[in-house]
Order: sequence, then structure tokens, then C-alpha cells
Amino acid sequence: MSLRRPAKHQPENFEFSSSSLDAAKKIVSKYPKGKQQSAVMALLYIAQRQNSNWIPLAAMKYIAKFLDMPYIKVYEVATFYTMYNLSPVGKHFIQVCTTTPCMIRGAGKLVEACKEKISENECELSDDKSCSWMEVECLGACVNAPMMQINDEYYEDLDKEKTLKILDKILKGESPKPGSYRGRLNNEPENNRKTLMEYKNA
Amino acid sequence: MLKDQDRIFKNLYNDLGSDVVSSQKRGDWTDTKEIIDKGRDWIINEIKDSQLRGRGGAGFPTGLKWSFAPKEVGSRPHYLVINGDESEPGTCKDRDILRFEPHKLIEGCLIASYAVQAHVCYIYIRGEYFVDGQKLQAAIDEAYEKKLLGKNAAGTGWDLDIFIHYGAGAYICGEETALLESIEGKKGQPRLKPPFPALIGLYGCPTIINNVETIAVVPTILRRGGKWFSSLGREKNTGTKIFCISGNVNTPCNVEEEMNIPLKELIEVHAGGVIGGWDNLQAVIPGGSSMPLIPKEKCETLTMDFDSLMAEKSGLGTAGIVVINKDQDIIKCMARIARFYKHESCGQCTPCREGSGWMWRMLERMAKGDATKDEVDMLGDVTNQIAGHTICAFGEGSSWPVQGLLRHFKKEIIERNNLDPIVQKKNNIPYLVDQHLLDKKNA
Repeated sequence: MSLRRPAKHQPENFEFSSSSLDAAKKIVSKYPKGKQQSAVMALLYIAQRQNSNWIPLAAMKYIAKFLDMPYIKVYEVATFYTMYNLSPVGKHFIQVCTTTPCMIRGAGKLVEACKEKISENECELSDDKSCSWMEVECLGACVNAPMMQINDEYYEDLDKEKTLKILDKILKGESPKPGSYRGRLNNEPENNRKTLMEYKNA
Repeated sequence: MLKDQDRIFKNLYNDLGSDVVSSQKRGDWTDTKEIIDKGRDWIINEIKDSQLRGRGGAGFPTGLKWSFAPKEVGSRPHYLVINGDESEPGTCKDRDILRFEPHKLIEGCLIASYAVQAHVCYIYIRGEYFVDGQKLQAAIDEAYEKKLLGKNAAGTGWDLDIFIHYGAGAYICGEETALLESIEGKKGQPRLKPPFPALIGLYGCPTIINNVETIAVVPTILRRGGKWFSSLGREKNTGTKIFCISGNVNTPCNVEEEMNIPLKELIEVHAGGVIGGWDNLQAVIPGGSSMPLIPKEKCETLTMDFDSLMAEKSGLGTAGIVVINKDQDIIKCMARIARFYKHESCGQCTPCREGSGWMWRMLERMAKGDATKDEVDMLGDVTNQIAGHTICAFGEGSSWPVQGLLRHFKKEIIERNNLDPIVQKKNNIPYLVDQHLLDKKNA
């Protein structure tokens, strides 16, 4: 299990903005009547997006009321799942996969790059407070290892140099192009494709 | 090598586009109505004839699973749930289906929903695949627009709604009952079985849960016939499968191939060979991180299917092949996998919650050479205390890789860790005392 604690400094209040409210209502309608609790995971995401990428306790209380469920149940969910950030992270949140398939292809170098560019330790804000990074477990792009995720996008087939370049761009406020950084098409074998050739050339 | 016309996922690399028009050109949605008109029994029998086994890891026969759904819908509605919580290290096949072949999945959902009499289908996607989930959502919206979903979907007379439910970074939610808990808005902790989800599943209603890849191959099987599918591969291990080859190979890739393909062919032909040549190979994890590794000697002749890997005391799992060459420290690799399991244990059962951390800490020490001689056997003992003593299969999944390491690389561990035990023992008593073990001599 992973140890997860809410942040020390918590805002007093939280409320959905009108756009969040619309999105939340739409999500609740996906589930059968009386089973609105199912929407809690999606609503926590909405709260996280609205509140610059982390979930304060006030938001959990708000969601509990919104879905008519006990606060502790929302708290349980928010602390169980690792993608809910319980304390502030950077606007650009960088997650480096370091599980074995990435590790043996050099994920350690990506971590070095993050340490150089962003902060010495995980989950620490960079000097300009815009970025933070952390090591995460398998992100499910093992064929494109090593890779990292910045907010929602995957950056694949990296090495230290490429990572440094991407991080530079992020720090400058640009948004680098996601996907493979070795120029191959998605998950095809690089320069070694032997299948579905007629479509490749089509 | 499998012929291109026998490949099911023709857009695996997105040469053609994933929208509905190009999907229809590839044959999706062309005669969905005719398939469904043949009736429920015909569909289930055809899937049984094809001998399709679930692609999510356990390899349970899909036709059989569908036949467990109650024949008549009672007071409780039926649900179909698609498991796209792909988090097994080494596996990235479902992601390509979600983003490049979404219409195969959606059409499969319609046919499967009809077969198990469900009007609502939830697709559970891991939270990290947000962008890929958006692509699937776009495809679903497109299908609604073209009347392929919703009321009288695709003119079949069957009503179906599909909703996406995002996970939030919990590996355990790939376990089917944990996934149901997660959809219900709770912590993803597995349920005891029985009752099985086919009778009491989501919201207490009959629920059929299938992997993304399993459902996505269904329309093609029904179009080309169960006979065609079962002619590929070998008896009970039929059809095609997407293999993900990662790790120390020259060109890591996803590729759809026939079942029972030799491992060496996959690595040498599709993945461009091991970095440093075949002789530099150390071991291969054949089916995602929970499957025990296979040493080089056996890789020469190994064929990739459920039963032949089972015979090697490993398993096909999700077919995520991780190649590890001799430049890597095998103990460190396994220690990292143990750390993954320690992080992902849901904490419900004590043996797994405590044991996964125990295994990780021991392996970390063993990688550094800080362990004593007797700890090697102790590690084996710990794995046996976890496997089979938990509610779900996570216990096995976390201890098998360690057992595989001990089975094939015990010599390396012992060579590195030759410190004397801190406490000298007089009797041979197991470290974790289970009373029934004490009765057996040398247990």
C-alpha cells in the first residue's frame, strides 16, 4: 500500500464552478437512479481539475453532500487511489514511470533530468512554483519505454537529452508535442516493420 | 508469420485512422444486424467453437463465461463491463485498441451485450489513459450519431448505452470484483467469490466482465466464423493475440501474431533481436510482471500460448513480454517488480499487505548483497505464505515473480549474499510458524 496524507494547509471552502457543476450533473446521469455514489471518482477528478490539480478536504466534504453519501466514504476513495493529489502539485505535473520495463531501458536517466531541471526531491515545487515531478508505477506504455506523463499527455521513447529539452520547454510555458520522440509511428517496430505493409504504404 | 489478411487489428499502428468511416472500410459495422439476427445461442456457440480464451490474463473461455449469464432477465437488469484497467507492467495492448480500433470494441460491446442481455455497458479505463479514453469517447459519440448505439442500435432492435468510467491509478482495479467496487464508487478492494459476478455483480445485478481485447476480437470471429479462429494456433489456445515486446530488444513493439508462435521468432523477427545478440539474453518475463520469468535456455524452444507456458510453470498472462539481457541485474529487476506490488496492494488481506513489503525489502537487500544465507529460503517461505492465502489473485501475482527468480537464479542470489545468519538455529522450524507445517518433517 502507499501512504497518502492530506496537506497540512487546507482551504476553508470549496464549491464547484458552474462549468464543473454541469459536468458533474452529466456524469451523475450516467449511473442508475440511487447509485449516484458511482460518480464519486469522476467528481473528484473534476474537483482536482478545478482546484489547480489537487483535492482539498473541503472538496471531499462538498462532493459528499453533492452525492448524498458519508464524507468518510469520499475520503476513503480519495486516499485509496493514487491519481488524486492530496497536496498541491505543480501546474505541470510530471510523472516518470520507473517500473522494470522502463527501468531497464534507462528510466533512471529521466529521473536525473527531473532532479536537475525541477527539484532535488520528488513532489517538491520547482523554483518558479510551476512544476513538480514524481516517480510512479507502470503507466502502460512499456513498448515506448522509457516514458513520462505530463498532465494528461504521454511523452515516449525518451532519453536524458530529450527529457531535458522537454522540461526546458515546459518551464518556458510552451507545450511540447506528445508521443514518440524517436519519430516512429505509435507502437510499430522502428524501421523493422514486417506486418501490415500494404497499409503502411497506402 | 501470420498472414496480413488473418490479422484482426489492421489499424494497430494507426495507418488508416480510427473514425467510423475508415473502420467501416476495414469491415467493422458492415453486417452487425445479420450477426445479431442469428440469435443469442448461435453467437455463444460460435464463440465456444472458436475456443476464444479471455485476453486479460486468466485465459477463461469466453463463450463459457457468457453462458453463465441468467437465461431470463429477472427483476434485476444485466450489465456488461469491459475491463480496460490495463496496468500490468509490460502490457500496453488495450491502449492501442482504445485509441486506434475503438469501433471494433464498440461493435463487440453491442454483440456481447445482446448475447448476455445487457442494455448498459460500462467501459472501465485506467485514469492515466485519459487521452486515449477521450478518443474512445469521440468514437462512442460518433456511433450514437450514426445510430450504431442507443435505441435500436445499428438497426438490430437492441438498445444499448455505453459509458466510460475512469479509474484513478489503482492496479488492483484490474481484478474483476475490485473493478466493480470501483464503479460503485468505493475503494477498489476485491470481493470474495462466490457469489460470482455473473449472478451478483455490479449493483448486485448479473454482470459479465471481459477484457478489451477479448471483446474487440468478437465481431471478426463471428464474421469469419469460429472455425477460422480455431484453425489458428493450436487446440485450446486458438486465434491471434497482440504481443507487447518491451525491454532490452532493438525494436520494442506491439504486434498481432498467431498463438503458439515461438518466443524466439517474436523477439528476433518483430522486435529486432536482443540488444547485444541472442547470447546476451538473460531471462524473459513472458506475460506481464506477475508471471514467473523464464531463463535463456528455455527461451530457445518456448512457444507462446496458455498451456505451453503453464507447462514451464509460468503463464501467458497478458502476453506482455519483457526481455532482460545480461547487462541488467536480474535481482534488482525483480526487486523493482516487488516494489510495484508493495505499492499496489490494496491492503485488504494481511498476508499480501505485509508480505509484499517484506518481499520488496528483502530483495532490495539481496540486490545489494546485504542479506544473510538463510534469508534466501526465508524469502521463498514468505512467498508461499502469501500465494493462496488472499481473497484475490494479487497474492499469487506478487509472489510468482519472486518464486520464479528463486527457481532459476537462486545460485546468483546465494553467491552475492553469503553473510552468516544473525541467529544460529538448532532446529529446522519454518520462519513463519504455521501449526500444520510443524507436523510435517522438514516442512
